[in-house]
Amino acid sequence: MEKRFDDERSGNEKDCGVVHLKDLDTEFMVCMLDPISLKAVIEKWSHHLLTRKNQSNFDFFLTSEPVGEIRLTSALGGGLIEDASSASRSGGGRVLLIEDCVETSAAFVLHHLIKRTLSPPHSSAALIIFAAFAHPFSHYDRILRKMGCNLAVQRDNKRFVFLDMLTFECPDGDGGGTFGGGLVELYGKIQKAVEVSIVNGGSRSISIMIDDISLLEVAAKGSSNHVLDFLHYCHTLTTEIGCSLAVLNHEDIYSRMERPNLILQMEYLAEVIIKVEPLATGLATDVHGQLTVMNKRNFDGPLRKKSNFHFRVKENNVEYFYPGSRT
Amino acid sequence: MAELICRALRDGALDGEHAPALTIKDSIDSPFGPHVFNHVLAQLSANILSAKSQSQLRVLDGYTDPLGWKVRLMECGNISNRSPEASNTVRLCNDVRDLDKLSLSIIELGRELVGQGKGRFSVAIDSRLYYTLSNLAGINSRLFASSNEIKNELSCHAMLSCYQVSCAFWLLHSDLHEVRVTAALEYMSSMLANIEPMARPTNVQRGNSVNLSLLEQNSNKGKFHARLKRRNGRVRLMSEEFCIEPSGIKFTAVSSDDGMITQSLVPKVQFNLQLSEEERIERAKVVLPFEHQGMHANLSFY
Repeated sequence: MEKRFDDERSGNEKDCGVVHLKDLDTEFMVCMLDPISLKAVIEKWSHHLLTRKNQSNFDFFLTSEPVGEIRLTSALGGGLIEDASSASRSGGGRVLLIEDCVETSAAFVLHHLIKRTLSPPHSSAALIIFAAFAHPFSHYDRILRKMGCNLAVQRDNKRFVFLDMLTFECPDGDGGGTFGGGLVELYGKIQKAVEVSIVNGGSRSISIMIDDISLLEVAAKGSSNHVLDFLHYCHTLTTEIGCSLAVLNHEDIYSRMERPNLILQMEYLAEVIIKVEPLATGLATDVHGQLTVMNKRNFDGPLRKKSNFHFRVKENNVEYFYPGSRT
Repeated sequence: MAELICRALRDGALDGEHAPALTIKDSIDSPFGPHVFNHVLAQLSANILSAKSQSQLRVLDGYTDPLGWKVRLMECGNISNRSPEASNTVRLCNDVRDLDKLSLSIIELGRELVGQGKGRFSVAIDSRLYYTLSNLAGINSRLFASSNEIKNELSCHAMLSCYQVSCAFWLLHSDLHEVRVTAALEYMSSMLANIEPMARPTNVQRGNSVNLSLLEQNSNKGKFHARLKRRNGRVRLMSEEFCIEPSGIKFTAVSSDDGMITQSLVPKVQFNLQLSEEERIERAKVVLPFEHQGMHANLSFY
């Protein structure tokens, strides 16, 4: 069930966003709302919100303050990110590209995706296949534990398949030519995990995550062609089985290249691009950077939408807010 | 104009001449090539149907397993067979790098449709994703060495001169390939559909938010430039605008308030030759201190 607040959109469609009220028993999602529209929506649907406000999986909560001063935790960026990653639930695989730079890491976006995917109500039907080129399992385990998600337990429950690629190296740099090693074998592991999950548990929501592409390229001995071969095969899983694919890439590595084919190809492939950048005005205490989400495919058509938020990475979570709403 | 292109594809090749070929070219600033491709494919199919001939579709699937990884993994027992099985309508291609085999497969599929007689078939190459069949059109400048690119173009050329090919069209993302590769394909094509954004980023640096805001401006519309080469050598240039709607792509004439062409004709000087509309209105509002009062108006003294 999906309802749409047409009346909220009709007034000011460009500034105001879209509210997707999915099945109230499972999911409530707010996307791209300015504060005024959000207030209107909250007023209209306050009954539902009040009945759900104690649920821990809710992305935003009501405070004791008046409705107009609703505090957002991760309803803005988090909602969009989750919207972007809800591939299998929306009936088709999606490719999510996360781009960051050395000044501002986007690792928190991946952590958010892992946490949301493995949290109720989706956890029972979710599977994450995580190819880690950047950090060992203990790193992700510590971070996610702080966020309230025990990765070790999820791994034991076969909900989190961790592929440790720290020491991975393609033999003679050839990912496609040599069988039995390299990227072909890695792809084989991923597809095997997908098949086992389907046969055993019938997972409805399978996410493949890669952290990160630039290190995958290093492992492929600098051959971006082989990386693209590998990503193409991962992409076939999104269309054949409905998996979602989320990859992290460091954009500034390619900033001096005249034609960064790897990035361009990924941007063509991705349906959602999440870009994490530092503020143009420099470092700030309260704002750690800005997050831009571009959704090429909306629910109701091929129109692309862009949202921009500022964020602040905290110890256990990330705070998102509109530019200028914090002084 | 898009209709003109579709009609030219429908009319097909004349005896002893190359088949008409269309290159659809887009870029990351306006990645709507797939929409145009789908539109052309649908129109061509509808045109064939309206001519009372039977429109059939054969698919050479170079997407599912382009390098044969899945076949090899299945042979080793690492994965099970989940790929769609080859059928009469779909044939799998497990090595898109073998260009001779690939072009042969296309012609074989076409001949299965129309037989060895005088029947003709159309070829559509959807290369929206990474190298899927794109090397046939010579547009994969990355995967293969330069010598192979030339070979690709030759393969494409050979296909156009195949006497049973009625027309061919393909899609390419221009920024993924070397300029000479796209230029060679444009020379080979009798028609070029170039998709451009409504507004271009002034800052050439990639990845900043300014560019993204421009992307939002270009979110569902763009410009459609077409270049048609006639048999006598004349080249016709046309422009349209398009808008992507949930129902499909809609083409419209270039809006009259678009002063791009007029502006480009005005010589570039350091001063303004004309007043803008706003300036003209502002000028009309200015009250001059000694204004002519007219012959019969009351005299005013300042």
